[in-house]
Amino acid sequence: MRWLAEVHVALRSGIADPEGQTIGSALRALGYSTVSEVRSGKLMRIAFEADDPDAAEAAVGEMCRRLLASPVMETASWELRADEQQDAEAANP
Amino acid sequence: MTVVARMPRVAVAVFPGTWSERDFVHVVESVLGWEARLVWHTEADLGTPDAVVLPGGFAHGDHLRTGAIARFSPIMRSVEAFAAAGGPVIGSCNGFQVLTEAGMLPGALLRNDHLEFRCDWQSLRVEHPAATPAWLGDLADGDVISLPISHGEGRYIADTETLDALERDGRVVLRYTDADGRVSPDSNPNGSDRGIAGIVNERGNVLGLMPHPERASESEVGGTDGLRLFRSLDRWLREQPAAPERRLSSG
Repeated sequence: MRWLAEVHVALRSGIADPEGQTIGSALRALGYSTVSEVRSGKLMRIAFEADDPDAAEAAVGEMCRRLLASPVMETASWELRADEQQDAEAANP
Repeated sequence: MTVVARMPRVAVAVFPGTWSERDFVHVVESVLGWEARLVWHTEADLGTPDAVVLPGGFAHGDHLRTGAIARFSPIMRSVEAFAAAGGPVIGSCNGFQVLTEAGMLPGALLRNDHLEFRCDWQSLRVEHPAATPAWLGDLADGDVISLPISHGEGRYIADTETLDALERDGRVVLRYTDADGRVSPDSNPNGSDRGIAGIVNERGNVLGLMPHPERASESEVGGTDGLRLFRSLDRWLREQPAAPERRLSSG
């Protein structure tokens, strides 16, 4: 069955994020004076096939470890859901 | 015994988006009179080089992270094997980023702290050159050299433990300084931790640096300090006892 993963990759806490700092400055300049911090990151939406939830979860974890997030400077988190619409279309073309 | 003299051979890796490979070939062939071979990243066979260069550029568009995709190219298995056998490897700029992504050097390189691409001449202090005789053997501890930098993502970072270990083991071999060799926030062009510009692996045969030695190897382009790395390599190769037939000096 088909799965959709939304993977969020962010710099580890403590590592300076000049892009986030610049965005924060811009927000404050626009009048959002209560903005105290912005951390930037990446969002990746990944559609893929896996037999069951455990296999899908394991696959996303491996993708993050091997490629999507640097073990030195980044952390990854993700949300995973079955792509029911795609599966229904496959069952009733 | 017949000793066949030949010039040093240098393999230069080329990924889609690499841009400094021709400059390295120019220095190796036209300035030094050695042999250079460009090796496309999908090739696993490096030939029989005496040294391997990972040049600067934007391998695979630097997508995801600099060097993150290049490290999976077939050529990297061969580069790793060459390095594991003690062969000299230099990664400049994007090549340094590839080496860190491949786990051949510790740490990582991030967006410059000021978010700008920086292209300039930069003073660098040489430290512990004996840690990497193949690449810095002709330089002395404390020498201040000038090399071009040209990068948007050169901020070297590592955790404190790793940084302390690198310093303790004398593996920080190039540091951003002012012209007098002093480290200051103003002399650091990208916000690198502790002003680190270049490091070596434990064995000392793999050097990663953000600056471009190939762009400072002829006086016509403004400086020749980069040539001192190649001269170091030349001497080091001549001193290797293993294979006298391997090469003789270019003099």
